[in-house]
Amino acid sequence: MKLHEYQSKTIFAKYGIPIPKGRVAATAQEAKQIADELGGRVVVKSQVLVGGRGKAGGVKLAKDSAEAEQLATQILGMEIKGLPVRKVLIDEASAIDQEIYFAITDDRAAKKPVIIASAAGGIDIEEVAAKTPEKIIKVHIDPLLGMREYIARDVAAAIDLPREYWRDFTKIAMGLYEVYKNTDASLAEINPLVITKDKKLVALDGKMMIDDNALFRQPELNEMRDTDEDAPSEIEARKYGLSFIKLDGNIGCMVNGAGLAMTSMDVIKLFGGEPANFLDVGGGASSEKVAAAMRIILTDPNVKAVLFNIFGGITRCDEVARGILVAMDEVKPKVPMVVRLVGTNAEEGRKLLENAKMITAETLADAAKKSVEAAKKGK
Amino acid sequence: MSVLVDKNTRLIVQGVTGNEGLFHTTQMVAYGTNVVGGVTPGKGGEWVLDGKLPVFDSVKMAKEATDANASIIFVPARFAPDAMLEAADAGIPLIICITEGVAVQDMMRVRNYLDQKKVRLIGPNCPGLLTPGEAKVGIIPGNIAIPGNIGVVSRSGTLTYEVLYAMKNLKMGASTCVGIGGDPVNGTNFTDVLEMFEHDPKTEKVIMIGEIGGNEEERAAEYISSKMTKPVAAFIAGQTAPPGKRMGHAGAIIEGGAGTAADKVKALEAAGVKVAKHPEEIPTLLQ
Repeated sequence: MKLHEYQSKTIFAKYGIPIPKGRVAATAQEAKQIADELGGRVVVKSQVLVGGRGKAGGVKLAKDSAEAEQLATQILGMEIKGLPVRKVLIDEASAIDQEIYFAITDDRAAKKPVIIASAAGGIDIEEVAAKTPEKIIKVHIDPLLGMREYIARDVAAAIDLPREYWRDFTKIAMGLYEVYKNTDASLAEINPLVITKDKKLVALDGKMMIDDNALFRQPELNEMRDTDEDAPSEIEARKYGLSFIKLDGNIGCMVNGAGLAMTSMDVIKLFGGEPANFLDVGGGASSEKVAAAMRIILTDPNVKAVLFNIFGGITRCDEVARGILVAMDEVKPKVPMVVRLVGTNAEEGRKLLENAKMITAETLADAAKKSVEAAKKGK
Repeated sequence: MSVLVDKNTRLIVQGVTGNEGLFHTTQMVAYGTNVVGGVTPGKGGEWVLDGKLPVFDSVKMAKEATDANASIIFVPARFAPDAMLEAADAGIPLIICITEGVAVQDMMRVRNYLDQKKVRLIGPNCPGLLTPGEAKVGIIPGNIAIPGNIGVVSRSGTLTYEVLYAMKNLKMGASTCVGIGGDPVNGTNFTDVLEMFEHDPKTEKVIMIGEIGGNEEERAAEYISSKMTKPVAAFIAGQTAPPGKRMGHAGAIIEGGAGTAADKVKALEAAGVKVAKHPEEIPTLLQ
């Protein structure tokens, strides 16, 4: 789950990381009022869950509150990479001497958290990483020990931070690690961490991603979820604990297991079709879950055929067949259905579907071919 | 011979009284796996499977009473990190964690601790192990595989079943099937298992089933080209997955262009591995 800049920075502040004064606004009037409170000279920043906001014109400097209002009107009407801007953050403007990049993230290969830092922070950090990787510092943290002050000092030295800032930098580094650890973040990023003209370190921008698997112990963060980015069908799927991603093709897919679901998409494509979605009903799927999955697939008007590929293990094929029957009764689908049941209770499952007028298949390749043919006829 | 589990495995089940734990313990015992006990805190002294299997309060107690040498974990995700640490502290040398959805930072702590203890962890978020005819330690349906000389290692669950089933249909058997799981931080990777297969006299050929995300397949390709003498066939799932989208597995994320299916296929082919276009084709590449 991604957090907005304003959400990330609010969390940073709780852990003693200095952030600019500011507040979030949903209307231009609010933006003006906040700008007035901050003394007029502010930055108006779109709050959308994509990178490259500045380059898309979603971050602008206002010299007074009237201009802040005008810029807020303009930015609140924008779409950035397809996402509507619903909120703007109004921050006091900072006079900047230097921009630093500082983040903590998971290094899955090393099985440890890693600090990534660079003296060349700012919006071009990815270019810096690609063209001059020697300017990027990476230091691993032992997850059993956590961040230590000497590690923070080593990082400060490695990015040539003047010694007068080391004490503040260490506090920020310790704070950011606590943020990363306590919120179960997979990314806690400050970019840029700036040195201001009046010689202070301030986290000007922030980005966080939270591990979805840890949300059970992060109820406050769970409430911050912004679903703007997700298709309505994806939100509906989440309710039923289904893993679903909408795609652009015309063959709906329902499969158990993520690997097999991806593979079913691959095989559809191999035989000349285009999958309409990725859908993993998960292990041990109940008939209610299967019925919900089928409703979600069939609400997509592009779907011209549906492929069911179920390899029973924990999941029982008869349970899946019951779910299919419930959903068919309810939705009365008009598109052809190709079904392949193998494994636990497959025979019972096939019997249940005998009268359901479905196309059956023995192998995955056969099932994919039949669904591609069926979708072509359905056009 | 085989790898990791065989007739000499003495298995305990953590979470044995839960729904899934009990169901799969029944299946494992029916297959012939030597299950010697179960663990559920607070239920020590009870018996399951019609009074045939004793339940203990802790892994330590179970280990003392049964001399278990492997433990399989079926507890919910929020308790799984503790369960893995408990098994390691009790001196169990092989831990298999089936549980899906363990938080990444928990896994980093667990893995770093287990490495200090030199404990072998398989999973989490995996289907476990199957040495056909000897031991089923996990949830792979026993009847879809027959004994043979092909080592199978996979990051996926049901996709592995698909491949075992295709092998069986061609009368090709497995020495051991190892499901390493799809999580970004896990206990055992492809290279670890390839090394085991390379040294296992019963394994003559190897099938590797990878998927998008991470770089374990690329590392495995390096191992195969430099150290491996046995033939390897592979499949990579997610060749058509759109970049940047999560396809269910936490590990299946394409990060900044790395870990794409095309990169993995290229690395494996360069290492002399035959890469299949679809899963049912894999066994035929080793015929």
